[in-house]
Amino acid sequence: MLPPAAEPGRLAGTVLSRGAATIYRLGIKELWSLARDPMMLVLIGYTFTVSIYVAATAMPETLHKAPIAIVDEDGSPLSLRISAVFYPPRFDPPAMIPLNGIDPGMDAGDYTFALDIPPDFQSDVLAGRAPAIQLNVDATRMSQAFTGSGYVQQMVLAEVTEFVQRYRGSAPLPVELALRMRFNPNLEQSWFGALMEIINNVTLLSIILTGAALIREREHGTIEHLLAMPVTPAEIMLAKVWSMGLVVLLAAAVALVLVVQGLLRIPIEGALTLFLAGAALHLFATTSIGIFMATQARSMPQFGMLAVLILLPLQLLSGNSTPRESMPELVQYIMLAAPTTHFVALGQAILYRGAGITVVWPQFVALAGIGAAFFTIALSRFRSTISQMA
Amino acid sequence: MIGRAVSPDRGGVARPTDGSAGPDAPAPVVDLAGVSLHYGKIAALDDITLELPAARMVGLLGPDGVGKSSLLALLAGARAVQQGRVRALGGDMRSSRHRARVCPHIAYMPQGLGKNLYPTLSVEENLQFFGRLFGHPALERRRRIDALTASTGLTAFLTRPAGKLSGGMKQKLGLCCALIHDPDLLILDEPTTGVDPLARAQFWDLIAGIRTERPGMSVIVATAYMDEAQRFDWLVAMDAGRVLATGTPAELLARTATDSLDAAFIALLPEARRRGYRPVTIPPLVTADAATGAEIAIEATDLTMRFGDFTAVDHVNLSIRRGEIFGFIGSNGCGKSTTMKMLTGLLPASEGQASLFGRAVDPKDLATRRRVGYMSQAFSLYSELSVRQNLVLHARLFQLPETEIPARVDEMVRRFGLNDVLDALPDTLPLGIRQRLSLAVAMVHQPELLILDEPTSGVDPIARDRLWQLMIDLARNDRVTIFISTHFMNEAGRCDRISLMHAGQVLVTDAPAELVRQRGVATLEHAFIGFLEDAGARGDTPAAPAPLQSVLSATPTAPSDGRLKKAPNAFFSPARAWSYTRRETLELQRDPVRATMALLGTAILMFVFGYGISLDVENLSYAVLDRDQTGLSRNYALNLSGSRYFIERAPLTDYADLDQRMRGGELALAIEIPSGFARDLTRGHQVQIGAWVDGAMPVRAETVRGYVQGMHQGWLLEQAVHRLGQDAAAAPATIAIRFRYNPDVRSLPAMVPAVIPMLLLMIPAMLTALSVVREKELGSIINLYVTPVTRSEFLLGKQLPYIVLAMLNFALLTLLAVTVFGVPIKGSLLALSAGALLFVIFSTGFGLFASTFTRSQIAAMFVAIIGTMIPAIQFAGMLNPVSSLEGVGAVIGRIYPASHFLTISRGVFNKGLDFVGLEASFWPLLLAVPVILGLSIMLLKKQET
Repeated sequence: MLPPAAEPGRLAGTVLSRGAATIYRLGIKELWSLARDPMMLVLIGYTFTVSIYVAATAMPETLHKAPIAIVDEDGSPLSLRISAVFYPPRFDPPAMIPLNGIDPGMDAGDYTFALDIPPDFQSDVLAGRAPAIQLNVDATRMSQAFTGSGYVQQMVLAEVTEFVQRYRGSAPLPVELALRMRFNPNLEQSWFGALMEIINNVTLLSIILTGAALIREREHGTIEHLLAMPVTPAEIMLAKVWSMGLVVLLAAAVALVLVVQGLLRIPIEGALTLFLAGAALHLFATTSIGIFMATQARSMPQFGMLAVLILLPLQLLSGNSTPRESMPELVQYIMLAAPTTHFVALGQAILYRGAGITVVWPQFVALAGIGAAFFTIALSRFRSTISQMA
Repeated sequence: MIGRAVSPDRGGVARPTDGSAGPDAPAPVVDLAGVSLHYGKIAALDDITLELPAARMVGLLGPDGVGKSSLLALLAGARAVQQGRVRALGGDMRSSRHRARVCPHIAYMPQGLGKNLYPTLSVEENLQFFGRLFGHPALERRRRIDALTASTGLTAFLTRPAGKLSGGMKQKLGLCCALIHDPDLLILDEPTTGVDPLARAQFWDLIAGIRTERPGMSVIVATAYMDEAQRFDWLVAMDAGRVLATGTPAELLARTATDSLDAAFIALLPEARRRGYRPVTIPPLVTADAATGAEIAIEATDLTMRFGDFTAVDHVNLSIRRGEIFGFIGSNGCGKSTTMKMLTGLLPASEGQASLFGRAVDPKDLATRRRVGYMSQAFSLYSELSVRQNLVLHARLFQLPETEIPARVDEMVRRFGLNDVLDALPDTLPLGIRQRLSLAVAMVHQPELLILDEPTSGVDPIARDRLWQLMIDLARNDRVTIFISTHFMNEAGRCDRISLMHAGQVLVTDAPAELVRQRGVATLEHAFIGFLEDAGARGDTPAAPAPLQSVLSATPTAPSDGRLKKAPNAFFSPARAWSYTRRETLELQRDPVRATMALLGTAILMFVFGYGISLDVENLSYAVLDRDQTGLSRNYALNLSGSRYFIERAPLTDYADLDQRMRGGELALAIEIPSGFARDLTRGHQVQIGAWVDGAMPVRAETVRGYVQGMHQGWLLEQAVHRLGQDAAAAPATIAIRFRYNPDVRSLPAMVPAVIPMLLLMIPAMLTALSVVREKELGSIINLYVTPVTRSEFLLGKQLPYIVLAMLNFALLTLLAVTVFGVPIKGSLLALSAGALLFVIFSTGFGLFASTFTRSQIAAMFVAIIGTMIPAIQFAGMLNPVSSLEGVGAVIGRIYPASHFLTISRGVFNKGLDFVGLEASFWPLLLAVPVILGLSIMLLKKQET
């Protein structure tokens, strides 16, 4: 009744396609596991919809509603004109405070800027004595301090100049600077926020989903079961890589089309397919990292800690929170080994600047290389630890 | 009579049914009326009405999945009553007040070896934990622990982690933990399932001893072993969520006119269930030697496995013929499973050889794996896949031709009787059916060899016999070799040959009948115990259990007659909370990797962010498209390259070049100087210089704009003075900018105080997030359900060690900030520490919150990461002030405690503030603590629903 289960001759030719079949089947199994975990589905849905919407709409414009206070010791028409130039959206309507209100207000973080117009300011200006206005800036708020003080300076000076010009004529500047913002003419932060959030979530989900899937199999003893079957570690790993990668890729694509293009009406310059191809390469690398982390951690709590320790630098130093070129050189070099750096670069190039493959191919090459390296490391580590898992 | 059932009757265990509890016993200890329980659509209990007599040993009998465990969980208060009335110890178990009052008098040992124990804690620590939960003072605990461990033989193992005990010892420890508070009602859910015969006999001796000491105590036991049921006072036979019959064993035997409980039980079953049942018969093994020569399926020579200096398997030699049913018998932890894993290639042997079908075991040899079916001891199928999906998946993994799979799966379904559960998920199935599914999966590819690690553990007699019938068919008809390990002596008796294993060594190998003959005893069980005793297995048990008198009767608090004394159940008992604190601390200590990662990891992250995140925008690359190529145009370009903010790249050649390089992100800025620039300027004509800024990153673009405008103005001024000879028009006023708190506008002093809140939020939250949900996954959450500990004690007790760890973290981060980063503390350190304390109470509380409503560790981890990382980075004011945020983000930023602690941290570090200046930020923190803890306590359930 039992035919011999193994027929070496028939098998030999089809090892490759059988491997592919096994990888496919195990991957489908992973998808089922995910589908039967409603909590995870809710979380994935959340990260690629609500989370992106919130991140995009919350991000302020570079100088947005900057809180400013004015101490008007002059009380002249000129000082009133100065107070009137600050209005939303760049600045909050200025709080008019007495001189002794500056320190407590700035200490509590109520104001980033406090402008002190000295007594007799107008008369000094008209007399050509070039009086000084004091601008206090909370320099711990780096993002507003620098640009904001420039703005305040320009606006106040322009107002004063115009005031003075009514009395003295002045020649216009002979050279005009025509400044144009490319790719995002109004410098809308939501464009940046939404797309960077997608890039962040792609990394976060792929690492955690893959790593946790492996740890769960280990904690439930199913790895041992798999290993007693004609399945190789590489097949187990590849199955997790493709299935979890696919889930994240699909979620990212849906988020780009529905949330970013649809709901937020953010224009995407380049080809979506090219970006998704880049994302697929990125996912190859991050899912491998997830597996590697799972082989390092002995339990879910350890994996959780490891995830925080690795995800934070991967995201914050990739160049999607602060410009890469401003980081110390050493950090820049080290982060070249992180897939996120290249993914952020290619994402920005394709999505904002409409770059084509001729422009972003170096990032594709880098991602493929990093992915291959991480996959190899993870696989060898997986092979060597697999017997301890069983 | 099935097989060779053995009745263990060692050491005066068997108690007469009319023992200490007289025939007219007091009011029933438990009384149920119309009780039903559903898990989703599946009914576990169906309208049960039952009274159990007090001060007796009551047995719940029946196959797996008939609702025994559900019933016991209801009685213990571990599971919420859905329908009907459950009264235990004189009160309604639906009332939480009654549960709180009686739970110190009920002891519950859930199903599963050591399910409610903490594996990393030692025997002593586990006992201390339970002692504290019941509020015993230190001396009292010592006395009880000493007495209990002396009587169970655990004294020698006080320091051993519970996870490293053998199954029998785990159960004894579980019993000790249950008995530590003198319960009036002892509920044991299959306490001896999966325990070897010697340990089982010892366990029942122990119970009998305790009952002699405390005759008033009621004991309710669920068991799948019919031979054990023989000795109980009173039996409840159950099937399919209903009660079949009740009465003393003698009554049941008389009623069914049978001579064993096995047979009696089968006779009590409804006709439909009995259909198709037949006692197992074993056709003799046709020795193949004569016909085909001795074909050997499994051969092992000096197989040895060492883990460190512990030898799990010690020079095992085996030779199993094809078609043979070979049994592996031994105590838990004696090396059976390890040997099996080596034979399947799952574990590489430290020494010796193993071969299957004459080929050396090689993990890479996939062809041999196809000829072997393996069933591991723990259920290891995919609980997320339905029964059918599991079968199909495994058939495909074994690469059966796609066309044959449906037929093969159908055959398995028919053969293993899985038709009714095809689309069910394994988790919803009773153990017996799950084991059948496991066997079906192991058989799906028609292997020639089955390696089965305790396949019948915990399976009821009918299901067990059906499994055996299947295996015997396979062996005898299909000549499948079966290598099986088991605890059941009647199963051992069905094997062609068995090996008795102990402490890694095979004691003896022979046919069962031959072994019985050798020892000259009546049964195989006695023979086995004899061999074990020869090998010194009694070493861990005192020759005679010490009397329990000292603990129990002499205990001042022991109730004498089972009546409830007023239970001390304060709203919050620091002692019980402390018990959880100690336990959590010990667990943290036992997992140093986690604590180290928490401390070292934050330090590393602080470095990464302190140095890595820079808000200074510099080294911006730009290029010039100079169509003028005059001295003046070059002068303009040089003006930029002289700045420290800009780095000049190769000049642009045309618009296409400009476009290409900006798209690639190489240039942050491109400048175009038109042809005729110098000429027009000299003639006083209006000229326009074009500048394109990469707006992809708005913050950077804004900064670039500011720089370029500034430099353009500067150049104009300079030109006006030097080249064109005009007077520089003096500005009508000046603006003196004071950069306060951070005069150099450097990133580091601004970032370091901002990174501390982020790290103190994420790491502690991640630490606590898994602590509750882990107990849920591993089962020890049951201790919350059935002991007097309240939800607030449970959560706050667990939280405390993590608060301490987080404060250590805070100290480390502050020290790093001051020393390594050179960011001095200008304000009140006390205010900063107070803020940090409140904040870490919140962040650890958030982790607990995340784990109260999630069911799996992954989900809890996700909630913790999403709930902390995104708000901390984006909305807490680290990069952008909260006041500038919009929409939902602004709302989150305002109420999220991280924002307020950030204000405190910057206030103290950069602004030199103290409590007075920061008062406004302390109030939200003070408010956040009770809110998050209250929410967690509310969401945590005190009963399983």
